[in-house]
Amino acid sequence: MARIELDDLAHAYMPDPQKPEDYALRPMTMTWQDGGAYALLGPSGCGKSTLLNIISGLVRPSHGRVLFDGQDVTNLPTEARNIAQVFQFPVIYDTMTVHDNLAFPLRNRRVPEPEVRTRVAQVAELLELTGDLRNRASGLSADMKQKISLGRGLVRKDVAAILFDEPLTVIDPHLKWQLRSKLKQIHYELKLSLIYVTHDQVEALTFADQVVLMEGGEVVQAGTPQALFEEPEHVFVGYFIGSPGMNLLPCAVAPGGQGVQVDGQTYELPIDPDHLERARGRGSLTLGIRPEFLGCSNSPQPGAVQAHITRVEDLGNYKIATAVMGQHTVKAKLAEDAAILTGPGYLSFPPEQTKLYANSRIVR
Amino acid sequence: MLKTRNNKAWFLVLPVVLSVAFSAIIPLMTVINYSVQDILGPNRKVFVGLEWFQEVLRDPDLHGAFIRQLLFTMIVLAIEIPLGILIALSLPARGWKASLSLVLIALPLLVPFNVVGTIWQIFGRADIGLGGHFLASLGIDYNYATNPLHAWLTVILMDVWHWTPLVALLCYAGLRAIPEGYYQAAKIDGAKAWAVFRYIQLPKLGGVLMIGLLLRFMDSFMIYTEPFVLTGGGPGNATTFLSVYLTKLAVGQFDLGPAAAFSLVYFLIIQIVSFILYTVIQRNANPQAPRQETT
Repeated sequence: MARIELDDLAHAYMPDPQKPEDYALRPMTMTWQDGGAYALLGPSGCGKSTLLNIISGLVRPSHGRVLFDGQDVTNLPTEARNIAQVFQFPVIYDTMTVHDNLAFPLRNRRVPEPEVRTRVAQVAELLELTGDLRNRASGLSADMKQKISLGRGLVRKDVAAILFDEPLTVIDPHLKWQLRSKLKQIHYELKLSLIYVTHDQVEALTFADQVVLMEGGEVVQAGTPQALFEEPEHVFVGYFIGSPGMNLLPCAVAPGGQGVQVDGQTYELPIDPDHLERARGRGSLTLGIRPEFLGCSNSPQPGAVQAHITRVEDLGNYKIATAVMGQHTVKAKLAEDAAILTGPGYLSFPPEQTKLYANSRIVR
Repeated sequence: MLKTRNNKAWFLVLPVVLSVAFSAIIPLMTVINYSVQDILGPNRKVFVGLEWFQEVLRDPDLHGAFIRQLLFTMIVLAIEIPLGILIALSLPARGWKASLSLVLIALPLLVPFNVVGTIWQIFGRADIGLGGHFLASLGIDYNYATNPLHAWLTVILMDVWHWTPLVALLCYAGLRAIPEGYYQAAKIDGAKAWAVFRYIQLPKLGGVLMIGLLLRFMDSFMIYTEPFVLTGGGPGNATTFLSVYLTKLAVGQFDLGPAAAFSLVYFLIIQIVSFILYTVIQRNANPQAPRQETT
């Protein structure tokens, strides 16, 4: 187990990168604490797998360093790094039994056979594979195979971290949660550092203590699931996390500093004037509010602005109201018993949860 | 009980049935016809039953040819399959180098069989051939026309040159089909090159190797043109393989009855071995599929 540090790390697949767009991974510096459960979240092609492969040593970064417990491992090959990795598609050795599959990493490292047997037995117990140890691995189902892949990582005593590259993609939905809770249990019991790559926000938010959200080769925000939800530092975080995502309205500070203008229309929102002042002149502004925090009602409320409610959807345990402000629509997530009808309505923006973004970055 | 009402669909099969009939079934029937009769002239023939079969199966020359054939096939398979794998493993995976080497490797496959024989016939001659001249300059008295061992070595070398590329190309395709994740996992598991080959590449190549084995078995067991052009089956009977012997029997001595009987035996041997290999391939292809059980 180890603390993993990325020091000014960047990677480009092309030989001589000039523009930021040439990088698959833009320069980043961050620390992954020992024993943490991290999720690397982002849309496909955002560089999360590249980052994972750099940590495991399958890819050598073109810039910067990777440190395990303060030791520079940038130039060390994968096998010298004590990293385990589970891939999107289960990798098993077809001709071997489950036992031999699990023993493979140990035997390659010339661990004495009695110890191999003890370790394999322990890991098989943990993963509930004991009954299948003598069977051939090739005939098993995808979730069992994925457990074997994981087991090959767990069987080694010295692993610094286990990396997961979308490990549940090929698993049947009803088995996904089983395997995921198994992962959480293992994390809890073994106190291993886990880094989990996924593009599924539910998977990331339920699995990890810390979520690192990436987009376009860049880390846009790293924090607890709660921070990502309540305090998105970048409009992409607001958009990507949450269902539906954050309401994002291009706006301008209204003349006189009272409220904002959306599509030329002034809305007097209860935003702190100092806050608005800090945002002024810092580039294009975006107003962001989560549907969960946006108030919506048919009757006037103090501080609420007028809008037209075009649609109300009852989704069982909550309602989604869609309203129009200028040329933009906003959504509000309301309680299932909220009395709301389409037609003229009022939207209230709680100042604490109403965020301002200048050039997509948060203004505090 | 009629199961299909509309039998017109059978007409669609007719062209194939006709062409197979003309190319295979009718000639085969002729061969069967010859194999059970002694045909002396246009209207003089005697039914002899299985006499020809008994005769050819007792023929010591044929036994010799059969043993040589078996030995030849086993030797070329033992060389070509591992060599093909080795070549495939050492070829570059992508880029212009990969394309170039694939084209170069495939060249022997494009040469007509009798030209292959001619190429090696000339190549091996001490007076005008590069190979023969080179060996002679080393002081080796090499002559495939008089020395049986030299004849064998030349024929085997020729076949290896001609057909290893096929195995190599098959294996190359098989290797490229292995997902990158396997190699990455092997790296993480600390597997050395040998373990990667033994536990990833070889098992994943199983299917194409069986196909290569099947093709190479059939072709080498029926080899005719190249040794015929190179040595004519000599010196003596040293390189007289089954089909060379068969041709001597049928065309050389005009013993149509024994030749026909022997053709059928030959055909049967290849059928049986191919069937066994094919069954193994099928089982390899879907190991998970439960075996067919008749209920």
